[in-house]
Amino acid sequence: METILKNEELAVFKLRSLYSKYGYTQYKMSTFEEYDLYVRNKDFLISDRVITFTDTNGKLLALKPDVTLSIINHLGNENSVQKLYYNENVYRVSGESKRFKEIMQTGLECVGNIGVYEICEVTSLACESLKAISSQYMLELSHAGIVLAYLKESGLNEENIKTVNEYISLKNEGAINQMVLESKITEDQAEKACLLINNYTDINKLENDLMLKSDEGKNAFNEFKTVINALNECGFSKNITINFSLSNNMRYYSGIVFKGYVKGIPTGVLSGGQYDALMRKLKKNSSAIGFAVYLDGFERLNNSLPEYDVDYVLVVNKNEDPINVLSAQKELSKNGETVLVSYEIPKKIKYKKAVKLNKKELSDA
Amino acid sequence: MLNIALPKGRLGEKVYALFEKAGYECESIKENNRRLTFENKEKGIRYFWVKPSDVSIYVERGAADIGVAGKDILLEYEPDVYELLDLKMGACRMAVAAKKDFRDNTATTLKVATKFSNIAAKHYQMKARDIDIIHLNGSIELAPILELSDVIVDIVETGKTLYENGLEPIEDIVSISARLIANKSSFGFKTEKINEIKNKLQQIVENEQ
Repeated sequence: METILKNEELAVFKLRSLYSKYGYTQYKMSTFEEYDLYVRNKDFLISDRVITFTDTNGKLLALKPDVTLSIINHLGNENSVQKLYYNENVYRVSGESKRFKEIMQTGLECVGNIGVYEICEVTSLACESLKAISSQYMLELSHAGIVLAYLKESGLNEENIKTVNEYISLKNEGAINQMVLESKITEDQAEKACLLINNYTDINKLENDLMLKSDEGKNAFNEFKTVINALNECGFSKNITINFSLSNNMRYYSGIVFKGYVKGIPTGVLSGGQYDALMRKLKKNSSAIGFAVYLDGFERLNNSLPEYDVDYVLVVNKNEDPINVLSAQKELSKNGETVLVSYEIPKKIKYKKAVKLNKKELSDA
Repeated sequence: MLNIALPKGRLGEKVYALFEKAGYECESIKENNRRLTFENKEKGIRYFWVKPSDVSIYVERGAADIGVAGKDILLEYEPDVYELLDLKMGACRMAVAAKKDFRDNTATTLKVATKFSNIAAKHYQMKARDIDIIHLNGSIELAPILELSDVIVDIVETGKTLYENGLEPIEDIVSISARLIANKSSFGFKTEKINEIKNKLQQIVENEQ
């Protein structure tokens, strides 16, 4: 059966069973949501363009551009940990084509009084999700708390932190050094900031490089270190990288942030993190961590065409008795072969064999 | 194999010379023929020439792992790529230019002709100036002469074309030069190789300054 499933369908299938295995339950939501929710939290969305329409009662509704916002908006303010997964279509402007697209999105959210175990569980599920899609995958991890504490410790003011962080996200070392020439930051500050441009694989080297001193920084680092060590322990050491260039949207992400790639798809296929800051904005007290898997690029993965479009073309006379045709079709496809019934041999279809039906008799066409 | 998109034209040739100097030569690229891709299997690299404004598209969509694109293109199209290095080549600036006797009537909407709609819009948005953008694909200098627009936003190298047409730059927006860019996914999978190229290029660029 797996052979007739498309890549994205197969992925959904695998991911659902993976998330259920960890006790996540499916959450089904409505296609529409009040537009207001998205306007208030525009920065959290990948693209701020949303398809809107007016409902019969005059309310402005939107086709969901994102799932996370809706889920946490509807969840109660409970302290116990809730684990959910979803598989929904979302509607947003695709980064590549700059046009609205329907995108299948799967993901999970872990909401409530979460601790470091939940962070480890969710990040390892992110790795597992990527592994289920392709054997060549990479999860890049960052920690908004570390970046913020480190830049603060280096003495940068709030405005410069914002600018420097933007350049870090572009890996643009030159622009950070340019800030020194413009006397916005010191040479020492630039040198420190540029450390965050490197990708790291060794958490201990990172620890020595950053040398965090503040409590805030140390706590964030210890949490990050536990997660990285847990992932290494789970056998993902070759598939994870520490990359502080991940768009650190500090208004929403407060802790760990991660993004997943698989070879063959040029844009990220998975993104997530801990978004306590967003929870506060939505007036929820609890913590939350989650990620989404974007399935729109999956059709590009090993999309080689099958050798044949159909196994058999069954050529029949237009006057042939339909009952004969149906039973011949059934006979030919009894072992799972595909059979296309046609009045003539189709020109644009590649088939293994063409068969002619003449009064219940099958012969080569 | 690392795919490298180079911009066709004079700048591209200079950029290739830089890659060659850094040890990433590809003899076949110098042959005068119509081929579009050139490979050096030993070094594990493949070059291809594309239209300068298309380089960022090839890189963003992963057809090229790295490439060289002008800062003007990066500002205009804002592709989702890493900007690894300023190659300090093809240096010029994005500027506002107008007829020599131009006086800005701030009581009216300013008509701006440009190839770079996004850059122009952002520039005037920061000043909260109401503008009417006229998107043109070439011969931008003609617009103020025929009074299609009040000013133009365009790349200025020496300013010769402007002066010859009775125009002059009135305001600089941003300096432009060629940048080494990388696809974000490729960077993750091929970090070492891409960093190696970046570091070698950086050394040469710094020595030449």
